[in-house]
Amino acid sequence: MAFEPILTRNIRHPEVLSVDGYRATGGYQALAKAYEMEPGEVIDQVKASGLRGRGGAGFPAGVKWGFIPKETGKPVYLVANADESEPGTFKDRLLMEKDPHQLIEGCAICCYAVGAHVTYIYIRGEYAEAARILEEAIADAYAAGILGEDSLGSGYRQEVYVHRGAGAYICGEETGMLESLEGKRGQPRVKPPFPALVGAFDCPTVINNVETLCNVPHIIQRGAEWYASIGTDERNTGPKLYCMSGHVERPGTYELPIGTTFSGLLETAGGMWRDGELKAFIPGGASAAILSAEHADIPMDFDNLAEAGSMLGSAAVIVMDQTTCLVKATARLAKFFAHESCGQCTPCREGTRWAEMTLYRIAEGQGTMADIDLLDRMMKNMSGTALCALADACVGPVASLVKNFRHELEACVEQNGSPYPERRYFSAEGAD
Amino acid sequence: MSGNGSGRLPAAIVDELARLAERYPTREALLLPALSMAQKHWGGWLPEEAIEAVAEHLELAPAKVYGVVTFYDLFHQRPVGRHRIRVCTNLPCQLRGADEILEALGDALGVGEDEVTPDGRCSYIHFECLGSCDTAPMMMVDEEYHENLTPESTRRLLEELD
Ligand SMILES: Cc1cc2nc3c(=O)[nH]c(=O)nc-3n(C[C@H](O)[C@H](O)[C@H](O)COP(=O)(O)O)c2cc1C
Ligand code: SF4
Ligand code: FES
Repeated sequence: MAFEPILTRNIRHPEVLSVDGYRATGGYQALAKAYEMEPGEVIDQVKASGLRGRGGAGFPAGVKWGFIPKETGKPVYLVANADESEPGTFKDRLLMEKDPHQLIEGCAICCYAVGAHVTYIYIRGEYAEAARILEEAIADAYAAGILGEDSLGSGYRQEVYVHRGAGAYICGEETGMLESLEGKRGQPRVKPPFPALVGAFDCPTVINNVETLCNVPHIIQRGAEWYASIGTDERNTGPKLYCMSGHVERPGTYELPIGTTFSGLLETAGGMWRDGELKAFIPGGASAAILSAEHADIPMDFDNLAEAGSMLGSAAVIVMDQTTCLVKATARLAKFFAHESCGQCTPCREGTRWAEMTLYRIAEGQGTMADIDLLDRMMKNMSGTALCALADACVGPVASLVKNFRHELEACVEQNGSPYPERRYFSAEGAD
Repeated sequence: MSGNGSGRLPAAIVDELARLAERYPTREALLLPALSMAQKHWGGWLPEEAIEAVAEHLELAPAKVYGVVTFYDLFHQRPVGRHRIRVCTNLPCQLRGADEILEALGDALGVGEDEVTPDGRCSYIHFECLGSCDTAPMMMVDEEYHENLTPESTRRLLEELD
């Protein structure tokens, strides 16, 4: 039985950019249905669905909503994480540009469930087009009485605002994002207190990824049981957007049941590009451990990937063929983390820079065998010693290079540089 | 110290900030939107004058505003070209030839990264993932994405810029 897309069902129907067009597909019925339920029932449904966060950490969404305290006298906020800066990830942009009302509806249902009246959609500054489309959809939703003082005649107030970032990966980390929203440098906070108690503007706050929130209307509309029937098992449920990039024939966003195997995904995306041979893949964005082709049959869900020593992360699947020098590829990722470290913690600030320098040195033939061991030790020292998960994100690919592909590092040392010739993608002038 | 009467921020920005102020419980939260608007007004970068105008209007210490400006990659403290080009060179784009796009750009413009062409038309830098890896290699020109680039299409694109 072919899987029917759920979150991306509307992406080829530009009519849904308007409220009327979205309503014609059944849109905003879930919100109306939610208003008939008690907020606690909505949370219970989301808990029962098994929905886990799609932003990277996989925390159960309903459980997170349940942490929001009641009657503190303070406002509650929802911050939708639309920072999407994990290298390899482009699914949230698609969701916002092609079906903005789905996100708005998900935000509104979440707000009702946790007692919030204000959503900030924190979107990375580079996403100008998505921000524009969202602004228009929001204005349309206000005009149609879906947002505003009396949402859908329920008496519930709903405000949704777009807040644009200014270019910093660390603002995707939830407390870095809160700092940034408040007009500060996006430096992650010490936790606890957790945002559920002390979040935006010192008030209780839910932070969820765009894709996570887009699942919510479908759970409310079609029921938790239906939702939980999709996927590998009760801990890995629902549809998942996989971002296929690198050496695949048809890069793009593919919506499939969570737990689809890597080889199944690769086949859906047309196989290897230019008939290359699979060498390695990164299953969950730049922060995930690199896996070799031997793992091709792995189900791409939270638990199976964790068991294999990697992670689902943002489900950004970066595919590499036999021409790829993994030392150089990893060096590029380390360079990214060094650039994005906010600099607050010494192990992260120094460790990311060291990893970048050491990897490039090895790739360029200036490295020694001792450098390889040094890398390994450095990653062990960085792991779990910093304020936020960025340090561990750098450890992900770098430690996996040492562990799973040590021979590539050794070859660079022995042969005084990378044995892989610089690949020219555009061979003749103007070709391909 | 009302912050409004300074007259140094253009009226359009002051008005827009007044409209946005209703969205946030603090005035400080207006800082990123204010800096983005100021940068647009001041030709794509934030000279001292712009930073001080924003600081005064939002009643924030200039040092604090400088701290924020230096933190974010989209704010510039040096003059930039009339068109700002950001080429993604992160891994997924690199696996589809991004380095050759950067090379072609440098050759065609005849300046180094972060330098402005003598006619003031362009400046370019390499950038981290822009969330468009399925159409790699790609770059951003001002606010617009250009995708599935080749060295040839990159050169053509440059010729078409005013
Ligand atoms: C360095 C770093 C960057 C992150 N970037 C993002 C991001 O771009 N988008 C996102 O949704 N979550 C990102 N996260 C995860 C968030 O901190 C947070 O877990 C997530 O937004 C929670 O939403 P979810 O439970 O719906 O996944 C990042 C985390 C770290 C440590
Ligand atoms: S781990 Fe790195 S990015 Fe995170 S707070 Fe510390 S220095 Fe900043
Ligand atoms: S790596 Fe270039 S857009 Fe993502």
